[in-house]
Amino acid sequence: MTTTEASPVHDVDFKLELYRSQVALRRFETRAYDLFLENYVKGTSHLSIGQEAIAAGVAAAMRPDDWTFATYRGHAHTLARGVAMTPVFAELMGRANGLMAGKGGSMHLTSVEHGVMGSYAIIGAHLPIACGAAWSAQYRGTDQVAVVFFGDGTVNIGAFHEALNFAAIWKLPVVFICENNLYMEYTRTSEVTAVARPAADRAAAYGLEPILVDGNDADAVYEVARTAIERARAGEGPSLIEAETYRHGGHSRADPGKYRPDEEVALWKSAERDPVSRYRARLLELGVEEAALDRIEAEVDAEVDAATEAAKSGAAPGEDLLMKDVWANGGAEWRN
Amino acid sequence: MAELTYREAIARGIAQEMRRDESVLFLGEDVGAAGGVFKGTVGLFEEFGPVRVRDTPISEQAILGAAMGAAMTGLRPIAEIMFADFFAVCWDIVANEIAKSRYMTNGQMSFPLVIRSGNGGGLRFGAQHSQSVENWAMMIPGLKVVVPSSPRDVIGLMAAAVRDDDPVVFLESKALYPTKGEVPEGEIVDALGTATVLRQGSDATIATLGLMVPRALAAAEELAAGGIDCTVIDVRSLIPLDTQTILRETSATGRLFTVEENPRVLGWGAEVASIVAEEAFFDLDGPVVRITTPHIPLPAADTLEDMALPSVERIVTTIHKAMNS
Repeated sequence: MTTTEASPVHDVDFKLELYRSQVALRRFETRAYDLFLENYVKGTSHLSIGQEAIAAGVAAAMRPDDWTFATYRGHAHTLARGVAMTPVFAELMGRANGLMAGKGGSMHLTSVEHGVMGSYAIIGAHLPIACGAAWSAQYRGTDQVAVVFFGDGTVNIGAFHEALNFAAIWKLPVVFICENNLYMEYTRTSEVTAVARPAADRAAAYGLEPILVDGNDADAVYEVARTAIERARAGEGPSLIEAETYRHGGHSRADPGKYRPDEEVALWKSAERDPVSRYRARLLELGVEEAALDRIEAEVDAEVDAATEAAKSGAAPGEDLLMKDVWANGGAEWRN
Repeated sequence: MAELTYREAIARGIAQEMRRDESVLFLGEDVGAAGGVFKGTVGLFEEFGPVRVRDTPISEQAILGAAMGAAMTGLRPIAEIMFADFFAVCWDIVANEIAKSRYMTNGQMSFPLVIRSGNGGGLRFGAQHSQSVENWAMMIPGLKVVVPSSPRDVIGLMAAAVRDDDPVVFLESKALYPTKGEVPEGEIVDALGTATVLRQGSDATIATLGLMVPRALAAAEELAAGGIDCTVIDVRSLIPLDTQTILRETSATGRLFTVEENPRVLGWGAEVASIVAEEAFFDLDGPVVRITTPHIPLPAADTLEDMALPSVERIVTTIHKAMNS
């Protein structure tokens, strides 16, 4: 996919924002990890460290009223749509000032006002749901687009195939983005997948073009997403994008990721592969002053610190929330 | 008043809601041009067209995912799962996604959708096309569940389900499709969570729903001839559950029998019996007795299926024995 002259990706201010977004995702996730170790965050959590370019690049290509459908590894995708850090940290900590007042937790981040239509923790489930939102946009003629993120492991579950076929036959405005980080949980995806490219090699089965992109290059991700979103908005139907990337850590809090060769991890963490380092180097090459980048990083650090403290200061959710909002009338009554 | 079949009432109920609200869409397998495999949706495709009445592939997760995504963005879809047994292939969308997402998101989302499905036995279809699964749906927090027993209730409860802002599982008793009933002219709108007392008696109360309603009524006539006068409650709505009607009518007669098509273990009557035991124990003159399908997969042969489902004869015998022991 070629970069057109009209693309804002050539604009330095645009690139600086894309850098800021990636730095924010990196620093947020790094802090989230620290907060686990300090036992502020309970339960489990799945970090996107190493995969920031995809969430940031795609979000930059979306209109504010477009919809994101994320997975349990969804902190980055939620923040990239403009959700503030404080309610996300607070949700991870189970506080009343959390994004969902502590009722959802790390794996279910949702902010409808930002178009973040949920983070789903059952593999593949949200692909058909994103199709439903896209169907709704198509029926109502709103030209909104649904963007759905998922991992490489998802291509082997039935819902993936049902959703792709459904989107193709109804020409739905939905963009499927497979974040191929090479591992489905603790197993190398290539060991359990019939094709080499888990998503791209399946595209033909649904009459779609195979689209591969370097998922650690935010500019490339942005361009691919922009094209796919424009295509969906124009009524030309769905796209399936495979973005190759790597998670620097394990699958979840409980996983040190020891099943991966040290040299592989080192390669992907190196300045040449890491999306944040790469993007910084690119900006310097373009003549951006290092001080400007340092300033962005310092601003993000201050934001992370302030959000951490604001989240920590939140109260524990009260009993009033327990029996609230099972039903649309706000209650939980099931009998008279 | 006009006489309609249960199957005709389905199309009329859906059409009533689609005419008044453009946000109501309908999707499922073979529901459009074919009019449904049970011919329950004949005429909808012709009246509302292929944009609002959509045929889908055999993809139950996609069907219900589409309904969920449409509902969370402001539409009121009605989705068909052809046979209720097929819920097993899309239960994640029902039980994990649709049912939980409002609560998990602290009320950010609503899911005004209806999932209608052909439920239960009596058609000799064998174990994978005959199970009565109302108890599956009832035990999931976040789902409303209705089971109409008459053409009139099909229309009224469909309207209530479509207009409700929560997800409703609407289970149609397949064996009732050809049955007829009187249906008033004009719009019919019921309320969820309301049981109806179809027969008033003084000796015992029968709580039942769906296909078991006509059997319970027939049994009550036979029992009356033998001197046992029964109240018959059509529970209609499992969630919300009209416990006040059940408790009141149980206390009035002092005896409660449930007649359930679902397999015995954790059938809906177990919850009803437990509520009555906790809240009306001292009004009871004898034990609560449940009359259910045994805890078995349903057999295909007509003779065996008839033995499995509660029959008029089994209801009469069981109640007679219990009342005379």
